[in-house]
Amino acid sequence: MKSLLASLALTTALTVPGLALARPVTMTVNLNNYGGPGAYLALYVTNSSGAYVGTLWMAGGRSRYYQHLSDWYRATGGSTSQINGITGASVGSGGQLQVTFELADTLFDAGYTVHIDAAVENMRESPNEVAVPLTTSGAGTTTRGRRYIAGFTYSM
Amino acid sequence: MIRAFHRWPALLALALLLTLTLSGAILSVFPAAERIASPQASSGLTVATLADRIQTAYPGVEQIRRSPSGQIMAYWFDQGTPGSAVIDPATGLGVASADPNMIERWLTELHRSLFLGDGGRIASAVGAAAMLILAISGVALVSRRVGGMRNWFKPLRGPLSGRIHVEISRIAVVGLALSSVTALWMTASTFELIPDVGNMPAFPADVSGETGVALAQVAVLQQTPVSELRSLSFPYAGDSTDVFSLQTDLGTGYLDQGTGDVLAWSDLTGWQYVSETIYMLHTGQGAATLGVVLGLMALGVPLLGVTGVLIWVAGRRGRPRIRGNQSAGRAETIVLVGSESGSTWGFAATLHTALTQAGQSVHVGPMSGFTPKRYHHAERIILLAATYGDGDAPASAKGFLDRLATAEVAPGTQVAVLGFGDRSFPDYCAFAEAVAKMVKAKGCAELIPLDTVDRQSPQDFARWGRALGQAMGLDLELAHQPVLPKTEALTLVSRRDYGAEVQAPTAILRFAMPRASLWQRLMGRGFVRFSAGDLIGVLPEGNAVPRYYSLASASRDGFIEIVVKKHVGGLCSSQLTALEPGDTMTAFLRSNPGFRPGRGRTPLILIGAGTGIGPLAGFVRANARNRPVHLFFGMRHPDSDFFYSDEMPVWQEQGHLSRLVTAISRTSQPKYVQDALRGDATEVAQLIRDGARIMVCGGRDMASGVADTLAEILAPAGLTPAMLKAEGRYVEDVY
Repeated sequence: MKSLLASLALTTALTVPGLALARPVTMTVNLNNYGGPGAYLALYVTNSSGAYVGTLWMAGGRSRYYQHLSDWYRATGGSTSQINGITGASVGSGGQLQVTFELADTLFDAGYTVHIDAAVENMRESPNEVAVPLTTSGAGTTTRGRRYIAGFTYSM
Repeated sequence: MIRAFHRWPALLALALLLTLTLSGAILSVFPAAERIASPQASSGLTVATLADRIQTAYPGVEQIRRSPSGQIMAYWFDQGTPGSAVIDPATGLGVASADPNMIERWLTELHRSLFLGDGGRIASAVGAAAMLILAISGVALVSRRVGGMRNWFKPLRGPLSGRIHVEISRIAVVGLALSSVTALWMTASTFELIPDVGNMPAFPADVSGETGVALAQVAVLQQTPVSELRSLSFPYAGDSTDVFSLQTDLGTGYLDQGTGDVLAWSDLTGWQYVSETIYMLHTGQGAATLGVVLGLMALGVPLLGVTGVLIWVAGRRGRPRIRGNQSAGRAETIVLVGSESGSTWGFAATLHTALTQAGQSVHVGPMSGFTPKRYHHAERIILLAATYGDGDAPASAKGFLDRLATAEVAPGTQVAVLGFGDRSFPDYCAFAEAVAKMVKAKGCAELIPLDTVDRQSPQDFARWGRALGQAMGLDLELAHQPVLPKTEALTLVSRRDYGAEVQAPTAILRFAMPRASLWQRLMGRGFVRFSAGDLIGVLPEGNAVPRYYSLASASRDGFIEIVVKKHVGGLCSSQLTALEPGDTMTAFLRSNPGFRPGRGRTPLILIGAGTGIGPLAGFVRANARNRPVHLFFGMRHPDSDFFYSDEMPVWQEQGHLSRLVTAISRTSQPKYVQDALRGDATEVAQLIRDGARIMVCGGRDMASGVADTLAEILAPAGLTPAMLKAEGRYVEDVY
């Protein structure tokens, strides 16, 4: 269910012609023990010129806090239509987020980048924690985040 | 009805409220501690200077935040590693760790969501709502009890648990109401029911493209004092399209990183402003002193819970089930009860049983359910009315007077009114009197005249029962037995006899303290702790109705002493005055907190006659701190009934007793205590003006005579005994 909805949202954003050209991708985010309440995470994609393309996942259910995911908020204006059906719970300190999507083949090796913005209540907000190019060769490689994210991996 | 709105939310929410208030009380300390611990910015410091200092110390600075307590925190990157610290604004250097306090975070999570996520947040909000209902219904109850809001801080009398409950709540209710209202607002805000999310200004599309403005030169930062700063976020290194983000008490905006110009700005909305104020009021963040005060008030809740449960249990225990209650439509005798705490129901049950045994059909119900048109067979209506506060109707008699005023009582129905009360209150049986007055005004036939029962006295009740029986042509013996505490056997140690020559044989009886069990010691039950002026309930042999005597000793004295006059035909006094050392009698202790001298150094005026000297002598004996005590003692003849005549000179010498004034009634010039008071009018009035406390013990006639005399003496000073009673400075123990 998760993956289907995620693919739909991306489909509308990217106008990919048909799901036949898609593949399942699992993204895993592990958090540090930063010692605060649950972190809000926004996973989204930009194109080669750095323009926002679409959101993959929003961890955190209350839209009042989305402004603290500042890059994502800047790109989307905080529009909840960007995350309809692809929203989950916030991720606790030291916890893990794992989501699987049907991602269009055309997203890979084409200059697209996955970004994660993070924010924690009463702690410093951390936009662009992770920025990883979507490449077939980069799958399985773990990237450290700046403050809250211990490691980010996508695998196909 | 209000009582039900107070009781049920309280019992249901007790565990939840304990969790919320205890965690809240501890949390209230953190903002104050943070305020004290964190270095504060000097008043003239601007954000420009502060940011410049911090950037000099930490070139990789990404964000500067100021918490409502004034604590400044900086977050930076140094060679790829994030760092953070609490900053001393004077130097821009880190002085302490900026990591959140784990205990505070744990408690916050417990306090707002019980670690149960959104469901827990809703449960906490329900707790807050229950607290608010309790506060509102509690204010209504206290206001009713003290006779209106203007008497909010009036001294209280009555059982200890009730007094503690009201004393705490009338101070804490303000804080508890504030904390619960703000909690509900914050929950509504969290669940996005309140439009208090700020409008972020649109991110600027056009920037100068330059970087590296000197922070100290940025105009808006120069104009912003540190006290208004919330956060300043720096642009990403190497991204010339990025900007500074500034949040202040006024709003949010973006600054160009090359020129320092304000590129976009939006002010705080009204809703945001309200929500932030409410957040401050609830958490004390930014208002540390208020936070600590609210925390202390929250600490009252556990005590309120315990005393509240005690009051509830006492009320339940006091109300018996009435077996074989006839319906209102069929009964010949309608007994209606106006009771606050439930004790009057016990008397109603006794009356019901006795009348039913005498062949009557009796219905017992609350006075608030008075509906005379349903009483098809009623020949008489008996009203048992307690009084609440300043002569108000008690809980189960709410609205009775209004109903009676408009009701049509069948002609020929006889009505009797019996008041229940406590003579130490200024408005003794005032509600019963109001009822009797209206009954008379309605033109109802009087079955027997208004009578009263003082402090649940079974004797008063039995006396009234005989009068009622006579009027109904029945032989009615009302042996009311309140649920009695466990009795103990007391052994007489010594006796001193007085008064035989003046036809008032009296004995000062001294009993040994019974051995107390561990349980009694722990629970303070039995004769473990008592003061002079407390009551001892004596059960005479062959009778189950206790007689009460005032104690002339305290537990600290190590013995139990009472002064007993032998009444002609008196069952209990005859048995007591016949005791010889080594004999035993059966008794229990009843606390009488309304009749205590209290702490403090204000003078005491003790007035007593006959055996009424007992508790007063006990107070003098216990006066080790030599508080000024003036004792007015009325007796028949000093050679015969001068009780404690051996001790009095010793007490005077020790300083326990400042002055003794005696009034002798069996001489050529008879004098009573009233006359002695009048003789000392000037000094007595002066003492009372200076705050002296008056305690009267003795017969009813003597007490009313004393009150009249004091009214005369005090009139020039503009004082009345009623005013002193209302202040709790004039107490009586009469029989």
